[in-house]
Amino acid sequence: MEGSETSKGTTLRYAFGNVLSFFILVLIGVLAFSIRLFSVIKYESVIHEFDPYFNYRVTQFLTKNGIYDFWNWFDDRTWYPLGRVIGGTVYPGLTLTAGSIWWIVNSLNIPLSVETVCVFTAPIFSAFASWATYLLTKEVKGAGAGLTAAVLLAMVPSYISRSVAGSYDNEAVAIFALIFTFYLYIKTLNTGSLFYATLNAIAYFYMVCSWGGYTFIINLIPMHVLLCIVTGRFSSRLYIAYCPLVVLGTLLAALVPVVGFNAVMTSEHFASFLVFIIIHVVAVVHYIKGILSPKMFKVAVTFVISIGLVVGFAVLAVLVAMVASSPTKGWSGRSLSLLDPTYASKYIPIIASVSEHQPPTWPSYFMDINVLAFLVPAGIVACFSPLSDASSFAVLYIVTSVYFSGVMVRLMLVLAPAACIMSGIALSGAFDVFTRSIKFQLPGVAGNSQTDAGDSSSDSVVAQKDVVKTEKSEDAVKERPSKKNRKKEKEHVEKPSVKSQIKKRLLVLPLEASVIAILLLVLLGAFYVVHSVWAAAEAYSAPSIVLTSYSNDGLHVFDDFREAYAWLSHNTEVDDKVASWWDYGYQTTAMANRTVIVDNNTWNNTHIATVGTAMSSPEKAAWEIFDSLDVKYVLVVFGGLVGYPSDDINKFLWMVRIGGGVFPHIKEPDYLRDGQYRIDSEATPTMLNCLMYKLSYYRFVETDGKAFDRVRRTEIGKKYFKLTHFEEVFTTHHWMVRIYKLKPPKNRIRGKAKKSKSKASSTSSKKRSGSKNKNPWH
Amino acid sequence: MAKLLLFLTLIPLLPFLCTSFSPENPSSRRALVLLDDLALKSSHSDFFKSLQSRGFDLDFKLADDPKIALQRYGQYLYDGLILFCPTTERFGGSVDLAAILDFVDSGHDLIVVADTNASDLIREIATECGVDFDEDAAAMVVDHTSYAVSETEGDHTLIASDDFIKADVILGGKKIEAPVLFQGIGHSLNPANTLVLKVLSASPSAYSANPKTKLANPPSLTGSAISLVSILQARNNARILISGSLNMFSNRFFKSGVQKAGSSIKHEKSGNEQFLTELSKWVFHERGHLKAVNVRHNNAGEADEPAMYRISDDLEYSVEIYEWSGTSWEPYVADDVQVQFYMMSPYVLKNLSTDKKGHYFTAFKVPDVYGVFQFKVEYQRLGYTSLSLSKQIPVRPYRHNEYERFIPAAYPYYGAAFSMMAGFFIFTGVHLYNK
Repeated sequence: MEGSETSKGTTLRYAFGNVLSFFILVLIGVLAFSIRLFSVIKYESVIHEFDPYFNYRVTQFLTKNGIYDFWNWFDDRTWYPLGRVIGGTVYPGLTLTAGSIWWIVNSLNIPLSVETVCVFTAPIFSAFASWATYLLTKEVKGAGAGLTAAVLLAMVPSYISRSVAGSYDNEAVAIFALIFTFYLYIKTLNTGSLFYATLNAIAYFYMVCSWGGYTFIINLIPMHVLLCIVTGRFSSRLYIAYCPLVVLGTLLAALVPVVGFNAVMTSEHFASFLVFIIIHVVAVVHYIKGILSPKMFKVAVTFVISIGLVVGFAVLAVLVAMVASSPTKGWSGRSLSLLDPTYASKYIPIIASVSEHQPPTWPSYFMDINVLAFLVPAGIVACFSPLSDASSFAVLYIVTSVYFSGVMVRLMLVLAPAACIMSGIALSGAFDVFTRSIKFQLPGVAGNSQTDAGDSSSDSVVAQKDVVKTEKSEDAVKERPSKKNRKKEKEHVEKPSVKSQIKKRLLVLPLEASVIAILLLVLLGAFYVVHSVWAAAEAYSAPSIVLTSYSNDGLHVFDDFREAYAWLSHNTEVDDKVASWWDYGYQTTAMANRTVIVDNNTWNNTHIATVGTAMSSPEKAAWEIFDSLDVKYVLVVFGGLVGYPSDDINKFLWMVRIGGGVFPHIKEPDYLRDGQYRIDSEATPTMLNCLMYKLSYYRFVETDGKAFDRVRRTEIGKKYFKLTHFEEVFTTHHWMVRIYKLKPPKNRIRGKAKKSKSKASSTSSKKRSGSKNKNPWH
Repeated sequence: MAKLLLFLTLIPLLPFLCTSFSPENPSSRRALVLLDDLALKSSHSDFFKSLQSRGFDLDFKLADDPKIALQRYGQYLYDGLILFCPTTERFGGSVDLAAILDFVDSGHDLIVVADTNASDLIREIATECGVDFDEDAAAMVVDHTSYAVSETEGDHTLIASDDFIKADVILGGKKIEAPVLFQGIGHSLNPANTLVLKVLSASPSAYSANPKTKLANPPSLTGSAISLVSILQARNNARILISGSLNMFSNRFFKSGVQKAGSSIKHEKSGNEQFLTELSKWVFHERGHLKAVNVRHNNAGEADEPAMYRISDDLEYSVEIYEWSGTSWEPYVADDVQVQFYMMSPYVLKNLSTDKKGHYFTAFKVPDVYGVFQFKVEYQRLGYTSLSLSKQIPVRPYRHNEYERFIPAAYPYYGAAFSMMAGFFIFTGVHLYNK
C-alpha cells in the first residue's frame, strides 16, 4: 500500500470513529437517563424518600423567593423552637442546579413544575456523569476504555440506587461533579494547562456546593500528588494540576456558607495544605538542583534538611497542639467513623442509627456493582502496564474508595465510578487483545470478526485509533512547556506508545481462544445489563412513600404516608407542631406543611435526644416534655399490621440510646429482657409502659383479637390499655401512620374521695372520644 | 300592621338576646335554679332577689322536673346553674352528673349547695370539682367556742365564722364586719389542688361529727382544715361555689342578728347577705374577670407588626387588659403584669408599665439568639381569671448584607491582601520584562 493512501484511509477512519463515538455517547446518555425512569413508569412522578423532600421544599423556596432570600432563609418550621438557618447549613449545589434548570426551562416558555424538574434532575445528571466518566477514562486509557466505562457507569446499580427519577438528593449531582473534577485534574495533569487547572478549581467548587463528600476529592488528590512525588514523578504539570486547585479551590470552598472557615480549620482539609507545602519544597529543590553543581547541591541539601527538620518539628508541634485542643481532634464525627469504622457505633448513636452509615455486607457488593467486582482487579493490572500519572490516579481512586465503601454502605456510591472506570479499562483492554489476535490471524476476514463481536469490537477499533490520536494531541500540546522539560517529557510520552506497538505484535492469542473469550465477555456484559435493568426496575425504584406488595390476591398499594400527611395538612392549624422521630421530619414539613420538632438534618443532638426521651418515657412524663415544646400532635409509624419492617418500634432502641446519651435516666437495659429486645409478654415493664409502645399498639388488639405483630412475629405483651394524656385522632388505612393529639390538662382537679360513682362521667367521655376516632375496621 | 308592631317590640329585646350568649361578654344573664322544694323559692328569696336585681333571669325548677334540660340543639340555655337541692338523688330530664360537668367544662358557672344528708349525686359533683364532703352523711360542723349565741342554748352547730379569705377581688372591697352564720356539713380540700380555694373556713376548734350521737372515734375533719364555703376556678375560667349549708342562703339567716360566743359585740344583722352577694358576684364573673386585647408588638419607632424580628432588634410590646365590672369593661390597673420573651426558657422577663387606662407596654432588645420565640403573658392572680397570652414570632439571624462591611480590626488583613496583590503584580512585571 502506498503511504498517502493509508494516511487518507486513517483520517477517514478517525473521522468515522469520532462520529461513531459521538453517537455512542449520545446513546449512553439516553440509556443512563431512561434506565432511571422505571420509578416514574411503575409508580408516578413523585419525590422519593426523606431527604429529597427537604431538597424539594428548598427548591420551591428558591424558585419562589430568589437566590438572596434562599441564602438568608431562616426556616421557623423545623427544629421548633430553635429554627434552622437553611441558607447556611445546606449544600446549595443541587438546589441551585435544579432551580436554574427550572428557570431556564420556564424562560423558554416551557411550563414545567418545580417538582417535575426535581424529579428528573438526577437522571439528567446521570447522563452527564457517564459522559464525564468517558472523558476521565479516555484521559487514563483511551477512548475505547472511556466508552466502555461510560456504558458501565450509565447502568451501575449502585449509582442507580441514588439517582432514579425522583431521588432528588445531593448525590444525584455530586457524582457527576466528582467524576468531572477528577477528569479535569487528570486533564490538567496530562496537559499542564492552567486553563484546565482553573476549570478544575471551578468544578471542585461545584462539588463543594453539592455534597459533603468533597472532602474525598481534597484528600485523594493530595494523596495522588504525594504518590507522584514519592515515586519520582514530580513535574511542572503536577505542580500546575495541584497548586491552583488548592489555592483557588480553598478560596472558592470558603465561599459556600455551609463550609465557610471549615475549609481551612478542620482536619479534613489539612492533608491538602501539607502536600501543598511539600510540593513547593520539592519544586524549590528541583529548581535549586538545576542551578547548582551537584557538589554544592549536596551541601545545600544537608543545610536545608537540618533547618527544615527543626522548622518542620516546630510546625508539627503547633499543629498537634492545636488539633489536640479540640475534643474531636478537629475531625467531624462522620469523618472519624470513616477512619475508625467502629467509632460511630461506640460514641455517636445518632450517626450509627442511620442505616446507610452501616458497613455493607458482602452481598451488597454483588448487588451494587455486580460483575464489576470481578473486572476491577484486571483493570488495576491494566493500569500498571504502563503506569502513567493518570493511571496511578485511577488505581489510587479505586483503592481508597474500596476502603471507604467498606466502612459505610453509602460510600458504595463513590466506589461505583471507580469500579466502572477500572472495569471499562479491563473490558476494553481484553476486547482489544482478543479482536487484535483475531484480526492478526485472519487478515482477510477482518470484517467478519467485526460483525462477530458486534459493536464492542468496533468500540475497540475506535479505542485503538483514539489512543493513537490522544497521544498525538498530547505531543502537540506538550510543545508548550518550558524548554528544559520538553525533551524529557517527549521521551517520556513516546515510550509507552513505542512499547504498546511492540506489545501489539507480541500479544497474539489462538483464534479459537479469542473467539470464545470474546463470547464469554459479551455474556458477562449481558449478565451485567440484565442485572442492572432488574435492579433499576425492581430493587431501587420504589419511592418509599408509596409501598406496594404482591400477594395471592394481587397488588396492594400502601399509600399511608401521604394519607397521614394530607390529613395533617387539612385538619390541623397552620402553626401546630407535630412531633415524630426525626426520619419523618422532612416529609412532614414538605408534605403536610407543619412545624416539626426534629428532622433529618441532625445538627442538634440534644433536641433529638429530647424527642427520643419523650418517646421512651411513660405517658405523663412524655406529655410534659411534649407540652414544654408546644407539641400538639404526635406521629408514629407502625408496621405491625401490614408487616412494614422499618417502623418506629424497630427504630425504638436508637431512640432509647440517643435519648439516654443526653438524659441518663433513660437506660437501655431497662428496655431489654436479658439483652433481647422484645415486645411480647416477656418484655420489661419499662418497655410496655413507654410512650412509643403505647402509641404504636393502642387499640391494636381490636384488629384481629389477638394483637399479633407481623413485623416482630409475636403477640404483643400488653393488649388492653387506655391512654390518659393522648388521644388518637387519626390512623391511616393500614395503620402505618398513627397520629395522636395531646390532651389538654384537666379542666378541674378531682377530689380524692372514692371513685365508685364516677362511672357515668368516664363512660360519657369515652363515648365522645370514641365517636371521633376513625377506626378503619368499621 | 300587627307583624310590624311585634317586630318593633322585639327590637329593644335584640341587644338583650345578643348579649346573653356572647362569649366576649362574661356576664351571665340566665340561670337555672334547681330546688328540692318550691318553698325554698320564698324562704331564700332574698338571695334570689339580689341576683335578679343585678339582671339575672332565674328559672326555678324542681330538681326532678322531667322537663329540665341544660342545652337544646347543642346550645346551652343557661349561663349559670344553681343547685339548691342537697337531697336530690337524680335530676329530672336529661340532666345528670356528666351533663353538669360538661356544663362547667364548657365555661359556665355553678353554685352547689350541700347540706347534712346530702345525696351522693351532690357529693359526687363536689368531688369532681375537688371538694370532699365529710363522708358521714349525718355529720355537721360543730364548734364549741365560736358558735353563734342563740335562743336555743347548747346548739353549737350554728356557727358564726369570720375566717374569710383575704382577697378583695372575691369578697369585694368593703370589709365584712359581722360574722357569717353557717349550719351544715363541712368539707375538706386536697392541698395539692391549686384550683380550689377556701373562702370561709372553720375555726381551729371546729370539728365535723354527728351532733346527735356520742363521739366514738376522733372526728376525721377537724380545725381550720374544715372548709365551710369553697370556690373553684376551673382552667377554662368557669367558676364554682360550693357550700355545705343551705340555710346560710336563707332569709332567716340573712336577717338574723349574730353574736359570736365569747364576743360582746352583737351585730344587728349577720354577714351572710354581704358575704354571699359579693361571692355570687364573683362566681358570676361580675368581678375578677380579665380580658386582654390588642396584643401588639413592633420594631421601635415603627407601627406595623413585623412577621419576623432580627436578633438585637429593639422592639415594643403592648397589651390592653380590662376587667369586667358587671356592666362594662373597666381598665385593669396593676403593676405586676410581666411579659416573657420565651424560647424554651424566658430570655427576657419584663414588668409592663401601665398608663392606668388598661394599656400595658414595654420595650426591650431582642436577645442575640435566633429561633422561634413567643411573647408570653402568664398572669395568674388569686381570684382573677388567668390570662395566658402567647404569640409566636421567629427571630432570624443577620442577613448576609447586614453585617458591618469594614471592621477596623480587619484593616491589617485588608492591607496584607492588597499589598500582596500589588507585590505580585510588580514581581510579574519585573520577571517578565527584565531580561
